[in-house]
Amino acid sequence: MTTVFGVPLPAILGQLMLGLVNGSFYALLSLGLAVIFGLLGIVNFAHGAFYMLGAFAAYIGLQAFGVNYWFALLLAPLIVALLGVIIERLFLRHLYRLDPLYGLLLTFGIALIAEGIMRDQFGASGKSYPVPELLRGVFNLGFMVLPIYRAWVVAASVTVCGVTWFLIERTRLGATLRAATENAQLVQAFGINVPLIVMGTYGAGVALAALAGVLAAPVVQVSPLMGSSLVIVVFAVVVIGGMGSIIGAIVSGLALGLIEGLTKVIYPEASNIVVFVIMAVVLIWRPAGLFGKE
Amino acid sequence: MKIQRFAILPCALLSLIAGHAALAAGDQVVIGDIDDLSGVYADVQGPGGIEAINMAIADFGGTVIGKKITLLSVDHQNKPDIGASKFREWADQNGLNMLIGGSNTGVSIAMSKVAVAKKVAFFAIGAGGASLTGADCTAYTVHYAYDTTALANGTASVIVKQGGKSWFFLTADYAFGTQLQDSATKVVLANGGKVLGAVRVPLGTTDFSSFLLQAQSSGAQVLGLANAGTDFSNSLKGANEFGLTKTMTPAALLAFLSDINSLTLQTAQGLYLTTGWYWDLNEETRAFGKRFFAKMHKEPTMTQAAYYSATLQYLKAVKTVGSTDSDKVMAELKKTKINDMFAKNGYIRADGLMIHTMYVMQVKTPAESKYPWDYYKVIKVMSGEEAFGSQPDPTCPLIK
Repeated sequence: MTTVFGVPLPAILGQLMLGLVNGSFYALLSLGLAVIFGLLGIVNFAHGAFYMLGAFAAYIGLQAFGVNYWFALLLAPLIVALLGVIIERLFLRHLYRLDPLYGLLLTFGIALIAEGIMRDQFGASGKSYPVPELLRGVFNLGFMVLPIYRAWVVAASVTVCGVTWFLIERTRLGATLRAATENAQLVQAFGINVPLIVMGTYGAGVALAALAGVLAAPVVQVSPLMGSSLVIVVFAVVVIGGMGSIIGAIVSGLALGLIEGLTKVIYPEASNIVVFVIMAVVLIWRPAGLFGKE
Repeated sequence: MKIQRFAILPCALLSLIAGHAALAAGDQVVIGDIDDLSGVYADVQGPGGIEAINMAIADFGGTVIGKKITLLSVDHQNKPDIGASKFREWADQNGLNMLIGGSNTGVSIAMSKVAVAKKVAFFAIGAGGASLTGADCTAYTVHYAYDTTALANGTASVIVKQGGKSWFFLTADYAFGTQLQDSATKVVLANGGKVLGAVRVPLGTTDFSSFLLQAQSSGAQVLGLANAGTDFSNSLKGANEFGLTKTMTPAALLAFLSDINSLTLQTAQGLYLTTGWYWDLNEETRAFGKRFFAKMHKEPTMTQAAYYSATLQYLKAVKTVGSTDSDKVMAELKKTKINDMFAKNGYIRADGLMIHTMYVMQVKTPAESKYPWDYYKVIKVMSGEEAFGSQPDPTCPLIK
């Protein structure tokens, strides 16, 4: 059998495939973070909590109101985004002119509160969300068995990332957004409601996190801590990609998923630090990140 | 004026602290609970464990040898340094008499060192590592509910004897997981089985798919899950999704009732596991379950019941010897049989391990489950000696 680093080729292919699935989650989450940081300058530490709330919104929707997975994909991000918008209006908007550290502390606090409330309500071991009927079963790829649901996650995530990138980088709306962050006063002078745009942007970033949460719900246990274990890795992904770079977040999210997957076959004990090692190397070599502007 | 005020404040604070400590040491019997109250293991004991201790204190009458019984509790966040320093602080400043240790073997090993230094009775309950009464044993440690040896002697031996000869382990990468894997490996080999591979997974991993893929390609018949809490739930959920449960027999080396409840029977059905207690065993256990349920709205786990039992046994021993002197209380505990709703004819061995009946359970299918929390059927009842071994652990320095 062909081997690479002493590991059989089919095993490597399998892990790369799974890395791609995890990378899809990283990409989707770091995309939301990059949008919020790039356009508002807020280091949104509550991102993991919004991801967790998205998953719980889907769970509660299913249990209490019989809302199925497909509607949850639409509804949960909307509900959580609404919550995000309220937080932006009440708290965050007061911090835009201050040091980013204040935003970081505030959002970190919000994350702790959200986790605490959900732990009190649902317990730490979390809840099970079933895989939707249509996506049950597996594809046999020869070198591995891939659950259909995981393939769907990759497709959904890549699509959403692509659309978001296109909206921000290639449309008039995106151009207005970017202009508003460069020079808010000038854009306002053109009669554009900048605070509204900012609010909408934060809401959209939060919605991306919640969407990732709904996508993750059938794969992992829906638990209050599901976000906090992920958000640190996602921050590292954003730093590697370059803070605020949309394309950087997408590309490095997918790439780090792949690298992590490889680590899991070669030396599993290191699998949860490899991302940080890469972050350290990137920071030494290119402090602004791979796609960041110096 | 200003200077005076500054001088008065620290003095007043100091006298308050000193007064408080003296009061605590003299007039109260202080029980502590150091546990994971917010992390991956918080549902195993957590707030329910605190409630169980409070129930025992209330059942005992709230006082012993004329002193009020008080309870302190804190979250160790799964960090050994926090657990050990909080234990030391309570022993020095609050007159702590007895400590109950919650989840996490790593934290419990660190706390057992403090138990010796401070001469405080230490009941390790949530933690599983057998080394607590082996290489890490102390004269003040009691390992009360279960240990990794008993878990392996239960689940692993039943599965190997049913024909599950080749194993692959998914192991939580810290003291508990590795001890559990070692114990299970011994049992598998002793019964003519073999271990085809193992992978050590960091604590708190959410995505187990890569490891499951390795397990699948190993060709083993049994997937040994040497992990606990959310790690266990997520790995079993993944095993279902990747279709591993169709080709391999999953073996839960440690699963609590709370885990089965959150996984639902649909996912967990058919799973073998070992436990020291189950709420639906007999009238006594059901009665405790009912009282606990009225307060917590869930049935108690094995270790929550053990929290209750350990508190009662400690208080009884204090009452018998008429003192909170740890040496006297430990001597009393080690010569008295334990008979309550948790254990029948249980006893604490010289190395500190509480020997009592253990049960190998199988999780019911949704069709077999007739009422809420009706999750387990008993596959095998093991005597204490069969489960924990008939001889004290020779690696324990107390055994000569």
